[in-house]
Amino acid sequence: MLYRENGQFKTNYRADQQIFPITQDRFAIGLLLVFAVVGVPLLADEYLFRAILIPFLILSLAALGLNILVGYCGQISLGTGAFMAVGAYAAYNFSIRIEGMPLLLSLLMGGVCATVAGVLFGIPSLRIKGLYLAVATLAAQFFWDWAFLRIKWFTNYTASGSVSVSSLDVFGMPVDSPQRKYLLCLAILIVFGVAAKNLVRSHIGREWMAIRDMDVAAAVIGIRPVYAKLSAFAVSSFIVGVAGALWGFVHLGAWEPAAFSIDRSFQLLFMIIIGGLGSIMGSFFGAAFIVILPIFLNQLLPWLGRLVGVEIDTALVSHTELMIFGGLIVFFLIVEPHGLARLWSTAKEKLRLWPFPH
Amino acid sequence: MKFRPIALTATLVVTGASAALTSTAAFAQAKEQFFPALVYRTGAYAPNGVPFANGYVDYFKLVNAKGGINGVKIIFEECETGYATDRGVECYERLKNKNGGATVFQPLSTGITFALTEKAPGDKIPLITAGYGRADSADGMAFKWNFPLIGTYWTGADILVQHVTKTQGPLKGKKIALVYHDSPYGKEPITLLQERAKLDGFELQLLPVAHPGVEQKATWLQIRQSRPDYVFLWGWGVMNSTSLKEAQATGYPREKMYGVWWSGAEPDVKDVGMGAKGYHALAMQHGAEPNAKVIKDVLAMVHDKGQGTGPKDEVGQVLYMRGMISAMMAVEGVKRAQERFGKGKVMTGEQARWGYENLALDQKALDALGFSGVMRPVSTSCADHMGASWARVHTWDGAKWDFTSGWYESDQSIIKPLVKASAEKYMAEKKLQRRTPEDCQS
Repeated sequence: MLYRENGQFKTNYRADQQIFPITQDRFAIGLLLVFAVVGVPLLADEYLFRAILIPFLILSLAALGLNILVGYCGQISLGTGAFMAVGAYAAYNFSIRIEGMPLLLSLLMGGVCATVAGVLFGIPSLRIKGLYLAVATLAAQFFWDWAFLRIKWFTNYTASGSVSVSSLDVFGMPVDSPQRKYLLCLAILIVFGVAAKNLVRSHIGREWMAIRDMDVAAAVIGIRPVYAKLSAFAVSSFIVGVAGALWGFVHLGAWEPAAFSIDRSFQLLFMIIIGGLGSIMGSFFGAAFIVILPIFLNQLLPWLGRLVGVEIDTALVSHTELMIFGGLIVFFLIVEPHGLARLWSTAKEKLRLWPFPH
Repeated sequence: MKFRPIALTATLVVTGASAALTSTAAFAQAKEQFFPALVYRTGAYAPNGVPFANGYVDYFKLVNAKGGINGVKIIFEECETGYATDRGVECYERLKNKNGGATVFQPLSTGITFALTEKAPGDKIPLITAGYGRADSADGMAFKWNFPLIGTYWTGADILVQHVTKTQGPLKGKKIALVYHDSPYGKEPITLLQERAKLDGFELQLLPVAHPGVEQKATWLQIRQSRPDYVFLWGWGVMNSTSLKEAQATGYPREKMYGVWWSGAEPDVKDVGMGAKGYHALAMQHGAEPNAKVIKDVLAMVHDKGQGTGPKDEVGQVLYMRGMISAMMAVEGVKRAQERFGKGKVMTGEQARWGYENLALDQKALDALGFSGVMRPVSTSCADHMGASWARVHTWDGAKWDFTSGWYESDQSIIKPLVKASAEKYMAEKKLQRRTPEDCQS
């Protein structure tokens, strides 16, 4: 009843092509943004910021980047963790080696370096496809893992191989409180989110999707696979690289290559599979599912135990967490193989007809 | 659609639970000192993480059974990190403000220590990293909030070299292979060993093993080819027992293998049994101490009352003891702080920090606590956050660990300049200033 676009006439192409053609959607997204920018910093406590919201925002950004490559262009990649690592270590090196390097610029330079790495490791995609490409991108994962462990220059010759950053500031404003860190991540995420959404609806995005759906047919109608595939690798790695730099700089503060291990690559791939391949919204759903749910379960179980007067062992909580988490992944994949994003759009369809389903 | 009721219940449960979770936080009471426990009871490092966590928690139970810290009851809460840095950071954030604020964190992971070193000064919570963490944090003038009490990787590595020199003759022209966990933990001692290699004239061969350490065939093949005179083992979790099994398979003599104190506990050798006979490892002051008075107290006052953590027959094992000692020093620091800020009061993290910086555990105090024979006196100061660097060596005889050496103390003439240089580098990178002598009074 409330959610209905009857009477919303589009009188020009501009109006017809906007990101959210339905007024209610625009309104809801606007409210959500206002809430995220104004409401959340007022309401959330430090734990929520540092342990949940900031990791969620950063990994959403990484998932968004990966979704461009896997969801839109159809190139499976298992090297996401490596590209995050390239972003983080490149940003670290720019920030310590160049005196007075602004934080934002070093984050972006991290992204640029990740782009170069991504394009380089994207070249095999021109000849190999599907699962074979996934195996080829594994090479990126292992190569960069090795490089950051072994090549001392990257870690500025620290004895332990762990690098750390401190005193972040943006335009002279110190980014020290959790609120400011959150707002920094949010601002970057919004900019990249809008840019990515517009990219995938542009001619470049349509090229990617054409390649994804059938690359031979795409080549026949005049799309250059080299250009389309490598541009997808470039854009994706750039976003992933910036996310990696944020993960190191803003979330961890000190990190080692293990923070960007193969587990991270899998985690991101699961995010977009569960969230929804080829959907910007899906990246956020997937990140929320994978980041927040385990932590939530981990706290819910001891609480449930106390409710019935049983002290649950830490190990048991941790095992149960994994079991429930795994079970939920299977459940969602069976109920909706196209991801949470599809569930969301089904809900919207239903809402449109509600309360008169016929 | 069948899915709807499920989704509805799920939503209800979630919202209900989150409301309840936030409301429980309001119940914090006075007169309770909160000690968070970052543990790992699952994952590849659980075999070693579990006994440590059991000892850590049991000591708090013992203190409570004896009446608390001058009447202040201890409360603690475990959080599972799985030895992963990001989960460790999450646990830290989760526990740091609970129950009136955390007293001290002991992450038992070098990676997590590195991440928390950046966060602790801002939150004013001290970090105790007994026998691990950053070696350069022994410099208290640079690292105000870190306390690598009773040993760092550098003192450990130095003592190993001393022991080998003493028992096997000068090392000039010899070759030592370091088989290490490829993480900050394993890399930390390399700086010192390279320095010692220059001084003593031995050759150092570096052999990294990737996480989690179950794949070591290539490493031991290299050892078979290069035939080092001695192997130093710097592993953790399943890596240790794998190394010993590989040594057995390659036929490398276990008598020539020396482990750090994190590679010398029962879980590391138990599965190998007789295959590990003759393997030496450092004992960070203590070894397995089933006869110590404190262990008898724990058995009588905690385990016999059915409140013990973990299996009773593991009480007093090496890592259990290390957990106990870590907890003991955490509690003693609070006791020391109470002497200054008020007996029988709850200490904040900042006040506890003063206690750790002015720790004075002499023999009499240790005897009273039941740690006589287990460890030697520790006294810290503003400049020295380590307090002592004694160690012994113990050897696995196929069934138990036996002490096979006297006490060693690390050679500070080598370590001090390295610590200073490394701390200076850290501060320069961070644009930090050394603490002033006035700051030591606070």
